[in-house]
Amino acid sequence: METLRYELHASRPAGGTRKIAIVGVVASGNLEVLLERSGAADRCVIEIATAARGFADLWAAVTADFVERRAAGGLIITINDGGARPDTVALRLAQGVRVIEESEA
Amino acid sequence: MIANHHHSWYEASARARLDALLDHASFTEFLGPERREVSPHLPIFDLPRQFDDGIVVGAGQIDGRPVLVAAQEGRFMGGAFGEVHGAKLTGLLRAATAMRRDVVIAFDTGGVRLQEANAGEVAIAEIMRAIMDVRLAGAQVVGLIGGRAGCYGGGSLIAGCCSALVISEQGRLSVSGPEVIETNRGAEEFDSRDRALVWRTMGGKHRYLIGGVDLFVDDDAAAFRSGALAALDRPARFDTAMLAAEQARLEKRLTRFGDAFDGTDLWSRLGVADAAEVPDLDTQPFLYIATGTREASDDAR
Repeated sequence: METLRYELHASRPAGGTRKIAIVGVVASGNLEVLLERSGAADRCVIEIATAARGFADLWAAVTADFVERRAAGGLIITINDGGARPDTVALRLAQGVRVIEESEA
Repeated sequence: MIANHHHSWYEASARARLDALLDHASFTEFLGPERREVSPHLPIFDLPRQFDDGIVVGAGQIDGRPVLVAAQEGRFMGGAFGEVHGAKLTGLLRAATAMRRDVVIAFDTGGVRLQEANAGEVAIAEIMRAIMDVRLAGAQVVGLIGGRAGCYGGGSLIAGCCSALVISEQGRLSVSGPEVIETNRGAEEFDSRDRALVWRTMGGKHRYLIGGVDLFVDDDAAAFRSGALAALDRPARFDTAMLAAEQARLEKRLTRFGDAFDGTDLWSRLGVADAAEVPDLDTQPFLYIATGTREASDDAR
């Protein structure tokens, strides 16, 4: 396993009031993303545990793109990765911020 | 959830199944992903972990009726029982005994997780014992089988202890899975790639016809919810007379079907006129044929 951690500047704070959101599953080519509210509204921390070693550059690019495009400030995002492709990772992250901003049931 | 909209149970995740099964906003999760109760064993094998260890447990309501629920995630490690996964279900069942609360388990499992086999085997035994205690306390344990991993190995033993089982055509229930049989006995004995054979031997229709399960439903989340409710409405019987009746039925099954070669042979002997047609039948025609031919179980398998 390889663990990675990125502390990123987030241009927009995450919406909504949900405390946590979880999307995805740990399966081949898939990943789970746990989003929790923590820290400053202009920061986003992303921690990754991945079965596929040696892709830190790709993770850096995908996570940087994510915080630029999505409202991810004030979140700590923890990922368990089963070897997902970058496009799958981007979709799951987008899905995660969408779920955490949904109104609570 | 939109009424009348089809949501495949087979394709759904564990969390989506609970969403569909339970009344809106009635679910409270125990030991949720934020608690990070992950497997202590998988890192030894350099394998990724999942925050809920592949099972979601908690309390909720079905049509206003309070239940404890568990749903396995078949896509994570084949829904297999590891130490934490098993302990979460054991704990839920023990709570059910203390509360005398009915339990619904959405199975989706290949059995014990081989990377933590000893802990997984112990968990299976603990869960079976815990189900007996729930039933002795007068509550029900209903199993739902229709996931992509089926219900195999230790999971099938646990299913066998349930008060009632609900299955879809896609559901498979068997102690040994197709690959296990082929590996041990050869492809001449059982060709695991022959999907029609797998379904004739372990699939939902076969299990329903031979009385291995109690209710047959469409591969639809709303149908599983209705099935769970119907199963919960059955009397919570659990006594020696019932177990003796089931033992007698199983002995009779052996003399009646022991020399049968294929699922279709069994269905013919049960009185199904065109047994070869059974796999192609839609739910309603199948249920029509099954009524009057299928063996009814005695709440034990």
